[in-house]
This record gives sequence, structure tokens and C-alpha cells, in this order.
Amino acid sequence: MRVRPDGPPAFLGGQQSLRLWGARAISRVLLIAPIFLTACQPAILDPQGPIGLADRTILIDSLAIMLAIVIPTIAATFGFAWWFRASNTRATYLPDFEYSGRLELIVWAIPLLVIILLGGVAWIGAHALDPAEPLASKEPPLDVQVVSLDWKWLFIYPKQGIASVNQLEIPAGVPVHFSLTSASVMNAFFIPQLGSMIYTMNGMTTRLNLQADNPGTFHGLSSHYSGDGFSDMHFDVRSVPADQFEAWVADARKAGSTLDPASYASLARQSIGMAPFTYRGVEAGLFQQIVTQKLPPGPGPQAGRPDRTVSPRTEK
Amino acid sequence: MLGKLSWEAIPFDQPIPMAASAVVAVVILGVLAWITLKGWLPYLWREWITSVDHKRIGVMYVFLAMVMLLRGFSDAIMMRSQQALAFDSQGYLPPEHYDQIFSAHGTLMIFFVAMPFVIGLMNFVVPLQLGVRDVAFPTLNSVGFWLTATGALLVNISLVVGEFARTGWLPYPPLSELAYSPGVGVDYYLWSLEISGVGTLVAGVNLVTTVLKMHAPGMTYMRMPMFCWTTLASNLLIVAAFPILTATLAMLLLDRYFGFHFFTNEAGGNMMMFMNLIWAWGHPEVYILILPAFGVFSEVISTFSGKPLFGYRSMVLATMAICVLSFMVWLHHFFTMGAGGDVNAIFGIATMIIAVPTGVKVFNWLFTMYGGRIVFAPPILWSIGFMVTFVIGGMTGVLLAVPPADFMLHNSLFLVAHFHNVIIGGVLFGAFAGYNYWFPKAFGFRLHDGLGKAAFWCWIIGFYLAFMPLYVLGLMGMTRRMQHYDVPEWRPWLLIAAAGAAVILAGIVLQIAQLVVSIRRREELRDVTGDPWNGRSLEWSMASPPPAFNFAVEPHIEGEESYWVMKQRARQRATPDEEPAYADIGMPRNSATGFICAFFATIMGFSLIWHIWWLVGVAAVGAFATFVVFAWRDKDEYVIPASEVALIDRPNRQARSEALARMRVMAR
Amino acid sequence: MSGAQLAAGGHGGHGGLMFKRIVTGYGFWIFLLSDIIMFSAFFAAYAVLVDQTAGGPSGRDLFDLRSVGLETSCLLLSSFTCGIASIGAQTGRNTWFYPAMVVTFLLGCGFLGLELREFAGMIARGAGPSRSAFLSAFFSLVGCHGMHVTAGLLWLLTMMAQVYAKGYRPDILRRMLCFSLFWHALDIIWVALFTVVYLMGVWQ
Repeated sequence: MRVRPDGPPAFLGGQQSLRLWGARAISRVLLIAPIFLTACQPAILDPQGPIGLADRTILIDSLAIMLAIVIPTIAATFGFAWWFRASNTRATYLPDFEYSGRLELIVWAIPLLVIILLGGVAWIGAHALDPAEPLASKEPPLDVQVVSLDWKWLFIYPKQGIASVNQLEIPAGVPVHFSLTSASVMNAFFIPQLGSMIYTMNGMTTRLNLQADNPGTFHGLSSHYSGDGFSDMHFDVRSVPADQFEAWVADARKAGSTLDPASYASLARQSIGMAPFTYRGVEAGLFQQIVTQKLPPGPGPQAGRPDRTVSPRTEK
Repeated sequence: MLGKLSWEAIPFDQPIPMAASAVVAVVILGVLAWITLKGWLPYLWREWITSVDHKRIGVMYVFLAMVMLLRGFSDAIMMRSQQALAFDSQGYLPPEHYDQIFSAHGTLMIFFVAMPFVIGLMNFVVPLQLGVRDVAFPTLNSVGFWLTATGALLVNISLVVGEFARTGWLPYPPLSELAYSPGVGVDYYLWSLEISGVGTLVAGVNLVTTVLKMHAPGMTYMRMPMFCWTTLASNLLIVAAFPILTATLAMLLLDRYFGFHFFTNEAGGNMMMFMNLIWAWGHPEVYILILPAFGVFSEVISTFSGKPLFGYRSMVLATMAICVLSFMVWLHHFFTMGAGGDVNAIFGIATMIIAVPTGVKVFNWLFTMYGGRIVFAPPILWSIGFMVTFVIGGMTGVLLAVPPADFMLHNSLFLVAHFHNVIIGGVLFGAFAGYNYWFPKAFGFRLHDGLGKAAFWCWIIGFYLAFMPLYVLGLMGMTRRMQHYDVPEWRPWLLIAAAGAAVILAGIVLQIAQLVVSIRRREELRDVTGDPWNGRSLEWSMASPPPAFNFAVEPHIEGEESYWVMKQRARQRATPDEEPAYADIGMPRNSATGFICAFFATIMGFSLIWHIWWLVGVAAVGAFATFVVFAWRDKDEYVIPASEVALIDRPNRQARSEALARMRVMAR
Repeated sequence: MSGAQLAAGGHGGHGGLMFKRIVTGYGFWIFLLSDIIMFSAFFAAYAVLVDQTAGGPSGRDLFDLRSVGLETSCLLLSSFTCGIASIGAQTGRNTWFYPAMVVTFLLGCGFLGLELREFAGMIARGAGPSRSAFLSAFFSLVGCHGMHVTAGLLWLLTMMAQVYAKGYRPDILRRMLCFSLFWHALDIIWVALFTVVYLMGVWQ
């Protein structure tokens, strides 16, 4: 802080420093405000594809159904507690009011009816939005094979014969069919703005169908804790127009190395915060070899304490 | 000689655990020194450590829970501050440390705070409410408590010697397998829960037998207070669910110690089986915790409204329905595994069905207040706070039971907010309500009213500040257990949540102050009659604190609200009751079996964790010898002569009849 | 004892010896139920993993029904002799109690010996518990039962020593009741185990 030689030191106050402080506060508020504004549009409530949209609809509908009974209940709790306070002489004291058949009936009926309604929503939703269910579309779906490793994501494009790490490029308006597995421990694959998540497990394949309606960049992450490097297991999903996607594929084919069992084994070693890159080619059937465990599961740490070469902040 | 144990195990390089454990060690040594200097050790040994009195054991359970709450809460503060700081940076906790903290936080809060708190309350209250002198198996009760304490001790030893699990509060394989977690952390987790799990099972068997078999004459099942019913349901669940936990953790232990393949990636192991088994225990577990809290609220709301519980039969039915249904919903913990539409839908709907009896309970509490004269003492403040908070938590829970909603919110901070919403707003508020409600019964003086209310307000405001932002963050796609993040939109909400944790901290400080101030002013807060709240069930019919034998003469029950009926009758009569014919009372003798057994269990657990095999053998022999010595004793009871019973009971009868006389005058 | 009766405050039964016996037996039943639930978790794991042989031997290759049949008869017979021992204890007749307990012990040891021989043979053939998930589940389920039998044998010896030292006191008889409940429960579990693991394993 600037201190005028003739004036009081700033920490004692004084008009100028006050004004300075005020200006700073205002500028700070202005700086934070947009963050709050964008924060008002949470990712899940701002879906960018059909699955996310349908998930959100069900979420909001269910919430509305329940709020219809929850809000009156909360209001009644406050109301009863306030009105029947001991000091309120106008309230009637009913010391023996402990049973009423009619009330009991209502008491059981209300939650039952709500649950019947909500159960219907759940039944329809669980079937219509089953992650394995293909999306209806004129476009043929793009196949992407996803492998979660310690601690990064591998995306294999079998038709295109390329692969990428920690970056997912998809064409906008085209359904994407994901087949997912894990190289080592469990993870969950989740792109909040596109909708449903799904687990990845070693020795198994799970399926997920998503679509981004428009071009844009979305945040993707692992949503199942998987160890020390878990927080860095996020990636950008870039949804681009079809021609740009083709161009990206062509570029990827030109550079980088090939993904074969040897390079996969080195990729499978534990590492944190790997920068995105692509493979120019992928050995055919690599994903199947991972799923069927022909390629062994990824190795864990070599010692009990965190691996120094892996963990970013280990003093020892 | 010492297995895997060496100086390497002590984290000299990590300042936080070292400083924390140094402080704890100084405090423990200080307390021990103080006790020794004051000459209290014999008293402690005689009256508490070797006591088989259900009231003493109940108090010790609650004390354990409160101490562990402090530990678990300091973990929570660290997590909140780490996430508040760790935007675009590593914060101050590296991942390997942060991961231990959230794992320890969950483990401690569920197994060593919530469980002992509710078991302690049940232990203390249920025999008093049923009109009996003790639980069915008093010595076993002591064994159960000390084994629970062993588990808590082992978890805390991991702070200094070695490390704790870095796998979350439920160690999902394959992450928890030897290949991916080669350290001793998971072993600490597994052995401490195996040992304390035996303790919990013992407590469960004991309380089920007590509620079903031990009654004063006339105390039929449909006259039992609601808390006894919820105790029965909760302990039936313990008996049915904890063996599954024991078996599941044993399988993981076999994987880790002997190279078995239950859950490994290799040789056909199946990690999905772990999730099914652990949640087959885990979902009943949340009802094991919440049902006793429901019982507390039923007692508190009825007492402070000056009315019987509304719809008693409905409440019993709802309690038992929850007890049965809780075993049919475990799969909703992993809708995102890809099980298919039918399976997900069926388990989603089954989950929602539990909301029906739960909703019935909320409405019945509401109608219990209706037409009452509500006195806003701290216990009912916690109860009203619970009703409002729990409905929100229940609603978000049902929301998560809708599979497509869960596809977006599973494992997110929304989920974290939900279960804290029901566990803090339900179990913990219930525990605190019960603590404020029954404290005068246990110690003979009330807790300070004003500080109790202040603590409540800090807790509830802090709770909303800390957890509502987490709901928002979940909707923003933030997942749980992140050590750091780089999404700027998340940060403001995490800052608010951290502020909320600070407000809760103020609540905890106020609770400690409440206890200290109450002890210092105990004379003015004295509960002379033993019935400070104008209670309705039998535990208020004897002095506070109750004599060792609970009831000077066995009570005869003639209605649903036993003590209320007795008081009404006495009030109508003009003359005070005649003195009853006192008789000799036989009470179970103290036994050090529980403590010694736990001593050996601690050694055994520790040596199993560190592979010190010879010591395992020594401890096993020691434990067996302890039981044989116990089995060999010839006298298991001592007799309190009738004259002494009369001497103990008379002052309380006097105080009670004076109080009744005053009330009669007031009524006129 | 007199204290216990007095505790009832003059009320027949409540707090008395008969009542104590009922409560103890009841509590032990509840414990046994919980133990059976623990076994059912191991049964469930076995059912899930039974086909996961990872290229190793399956039940059909490994199980020898003759040896297991012998094991089964040992255990069933021991249940019978255990029954005789508890009648002996109830009636306070040493000539029934001690021999029956000794025979029960020997039959139990025979059962364990046969089981250990089976285990040793399998491990020698390279079919130990770490060979495959199926074998992990097999060894755990059968081994868990075996551990219970071992604990039961230890209990049996302690029980005999207690009767020898203290006589047929009410509290000793209560423990004898629990012991025989335990021993019979192990029998019931073995019948389920024999069917699910061995019979279904061989006839698969």
C-alpha cells in the first residue's frame, strides 16, 4: 500500500486509503459477479445433448413432484411448532389427541400416492435412458473405446484407427457409442453437460451412448475415486462440426507414435496430469485384448508409500 | 521380530499428523497424570472400566463417540479448507494425505461416532424404559463396548504409526487390493472394523434379547415406548447385517494376506461382488443409525409437547416396515454400473417405497405437536431442526433413487450433501437431542439451557451453509473426493461451505462450553425429583442418576405411557403412596473381562496389521485365557440388602411426593 | 443364586434360574442366526465364483465324495454323541457325560483331519486357494466351517474341564446348552455345504 510521507500511515485509515479500499472492493465484486452468474447455470442444468436434456427433465419433474409435498410439510412443522408453543394461550391444548383413523389414512396415503407417481417416472426413465440403449438418429454412430488408466483416459477410435489421451474429439450432432473398460481400478466416465455417467471396470465392458448437439468444449472427468492421481483425471471434450472432425483425424494420423502392446504397457504405468496427445495408429483389437485381460492389468505403485516419480508433492 | 514395523512407519516428514499426534499424546498423558495424581485410578477401574452396569457402559459409549467426533470433525475442517484453497493449486494437503483424511473421516464418523452414540443411548435408556435392572448379558455388554473402543484406538494409531487407508470409507477393490494399495492403510481399516464389528454384533445380540425377553410385569410389546421399538428394529438389523460386513471384509483380508482372488482383477475375481456384499450391509447400516434417532425424536417430541405420541401403532408398523425394506434396496448404490433398465427400475422403486413409512413417521410427529403445549428446550429444538432438515435430505435421497437422475448425480457432491443431510440432520441431531434429554437422568443435573440453544443454532446454520453449496456443486458436475480442481465456477461455493464448517465448529465449541458450564453450575441445575421434563416413560420414575439396581421395586405396567399413568393416578389420590416392601436385590458383579479382552484384541489387531505373527499367537492365547478365567469364577452376583435399597430409595420418594403435592396445589 | 431369585422382587420366574436359561438360550440362538448369515455371505460368494476357475481345476476334478462322505458321517455322528452328552449333563451323570464328550471330540478331530487331508492334497496338486477365484471361495467357505469346528473342539475341552472342576452347576449347564446348540448348528451348515459345494460340484 502506498503511504504518503506527510499523511497518516495507511493502516491508520484516512480518506484516501478508505477510498482506495472502496474502489478495490467494488472492482473485486465486479470481478466475482460473473463467476456467480455463470454459477447460476450449473452444468447439469445446462445440458448440451439429448441424454443430458432427458436426464434433466426427469430430475426436475421428480423434484417438482416431491416439492409439492415437502414444502407444505416444512411449513406445517414451523406452523405447528409456533402456534402450539406453551406460551400461546389462544392455542387449544388437546392432551389426549393421539389417534384419528381419518388422519392415519391420509398420513399413509399421501406418501404412497407420491411414490406411485414417482415410481412411474423412475420405471419409464430407467428404461428409456438406459445407458446401453442406442440413440435414435439418422447419422450412423461414432464408435469410441474408452480405457481408464492410472490416472488418465485413453480414447480409441477403432474405425479411424487413431487414439488420444486425455482429450476427446467428437463430431457435433452425431451419436457417440462408447465401449468402456478399465486398465486397473474402477473409475466412472462422466461428461456432466452431455448426461449419464457409467463405471469402467477391469475385465468388463460397459456401454454408454451420448450426443452433443452443437459444437463446444465440455468438461469431462472421472467421477469415481481411483487413487492419488484421481483429481487430475479430467479431460476436455471438444464437439466440432463434421468436417473439422475429419480434419482432426487426418492430423492425428500424421503425427505421434502407434499404440501397440508395448506402448500401451508404458502408458499403463501410473502417472498424474499427463498432457493430451494422440497416437497415429492403433493395433487392431487392442481394446479387446485389454478387456479379456490378454494385456495384463496396469501395475500399481511399487512401494507402500506414494511413488516419488508419480505423486506431485511427496517430500520423501 | 517386528514384521513390517520399523522407524520408517512413523511419518516424521509430515508435519500435520506429527503435530496433531503430539498434541493428542500430550493431552492423553496430561489427563492420565491428572487422574493418577488425584488418586482417581482405583475409582475409574472399579466404577467404570470394569463396570457391567448398562448405564455406565452407555455413558462410556457416548463419551467415546464424542471424542471421536472431535477427531472426525478436525478431518472435516481439513477437507473443507483444502478444497477452499486448492483451486488451480495443490492446496496444503498432498493427495496421499488428503486421501487418508477423507477415508478416516467417513470411517470414524460412521463406525466410531454415529454407531457408539446410538448404541450408547440405547444401552442407557432401554432397560430403564422396560423396567428391568440390566441388559440380558451384562458382561458381554462390557466386552462389546471395549472391542468398539479397540477399533477406534487402532484407527487413531494409524495417524502416528504407518498410514490409514487411501481408499475411501468403503474400500472398493481392486483399488483396495494389495496390487494397488500395498501399504498398511487398508489393513488398519480392515482389522479395526473386524474387531469393532464383533463388538457391535455383541451389542446387537444383547439388545435384541433384552427387548424381546426382559420386561417388567405388564410391559407388553404394544406398551413399550417407541424408543424400545426402534431399538429392536435397529438391533435386528445389526444382527442380520453386520455378519455380512464381517464376511466381506474377511474376504478382502484373505485377498490381501494370502493371495486369494475374491475381488482381484486376476484369476476370475469379481469386484462387483464386493459392491453387492458391502451394500447389502451398508444400506441396512444407515437404518441401524437412523432408527434409534427416530426413537429419540418420538420420545422428545411427545414429552415436550405434553402429549402422547400420535399414531403409536402406525409408528410401530412403519418402524418394522423400514427394518424389512432396508434389505431390499442395496443396488441403488450403483445404478451406474450398467445393470440394465429392469434391475435399476425395480431397485429404484423399492428405494422409494421406504419413503412411505418414513413419511408416515414425519406426519405422525407433526400431529404429535398438534394440540400440544410445546416447551422449547434444547432437545425439541434439535427435533424440530431435524424434521425440517430431514425432509429435505429425504427428498434428495428419493431423487437419487430415480435412476436417470442418479446417472447425473451419482458420486457427486450432491450425493455427499444428501447423506450428510440425513446423517447430520437425522442421526446426529437425534443423538444430540437424546444427549440433552437424558443427560440429567445420567448425571443428576440438567445441561445449561442457553448454551445448548446457542450450540443448536450454530449447528443448524452451519449445516445449511456447509451443505447447501454442495448440492449446487453436485449440479455443477463436481464429483466427490477431489484433492484439487481447476473449474473457477466451483470455488465460491466451496468457500461458502468452508465458512459453514467454521460455524459448525463454533457449535461444537459451544457444546463443550455447555458441558463445562453445566458441570460447574451443577448445584443450580440439579434434578431433584429425577423427572425434570415431566416425562412419560419409566426412566423418569427413579432418582437421577439412577441407583445401580434401577428400580427399588419392580414396576407394574398398566398402560402405554407407564410413568404418565402412574403420575396421573398418584395425583388423583389425596395421600402419598405407602412405602413399598423392599427386598434384597442381586446385581451382576463387575468384571475386567471386557477390558482385558480388548487389550489383547488391540495387540492382536496391531500385530496382524504389521505381520508380527508371534505376537498374534500370544494375544490369541491371552484372549482365550481371559475367557476361561471369566468362565471359572464362582460368584457372578452380589446382593444389595433390602435395608440399603430402602435407604437409597427414600429420599427420592420424598422429593417426588413433595413435587406431586406442589402440582396438586397448583392444579387447585 | 439366591440373589438372582430375590432380584425378581418376589415374582416367579423373572430373574430366576429357569428365566436365565431361557434368556441365555434365546440370546445364543440370535447369535447363531447371525453366524448363519455370515456363512450365507460366503455361500453367496461361492455361488458367484464357482465357474471362475481361471483355467484351473473345477469341483468335478477335485472332489472325492468318498472322503467327504466319511467326513459327513463323522460330523453327523458327533452331533448324536453331543446330544447324549447334554442329556448326561442335564441329569448329572458322569458315566454318560464324559464318554460322550470324548467321542464327540474324537469324531470332530476325525472330521478336521479328513478336511485337512483334502486341503493338503489339493494344494499339493497346485489347486490351492490362490489358483483361482473358485478355489478362493471354496477354501474360504469350507475353511470357515472348519475354523468353527476347531473353535468348537476348543470349547468342548474347556467345557469338560469346567464340569470336572465345578460340577453340574446351573451356569455350567447354561454353557453346555449353548455349546450343544453351536455344535448342532455346525451340522446344519455342513449339510448345506455338503449339498451346495460337493454334491452339486460333482454332479454339475
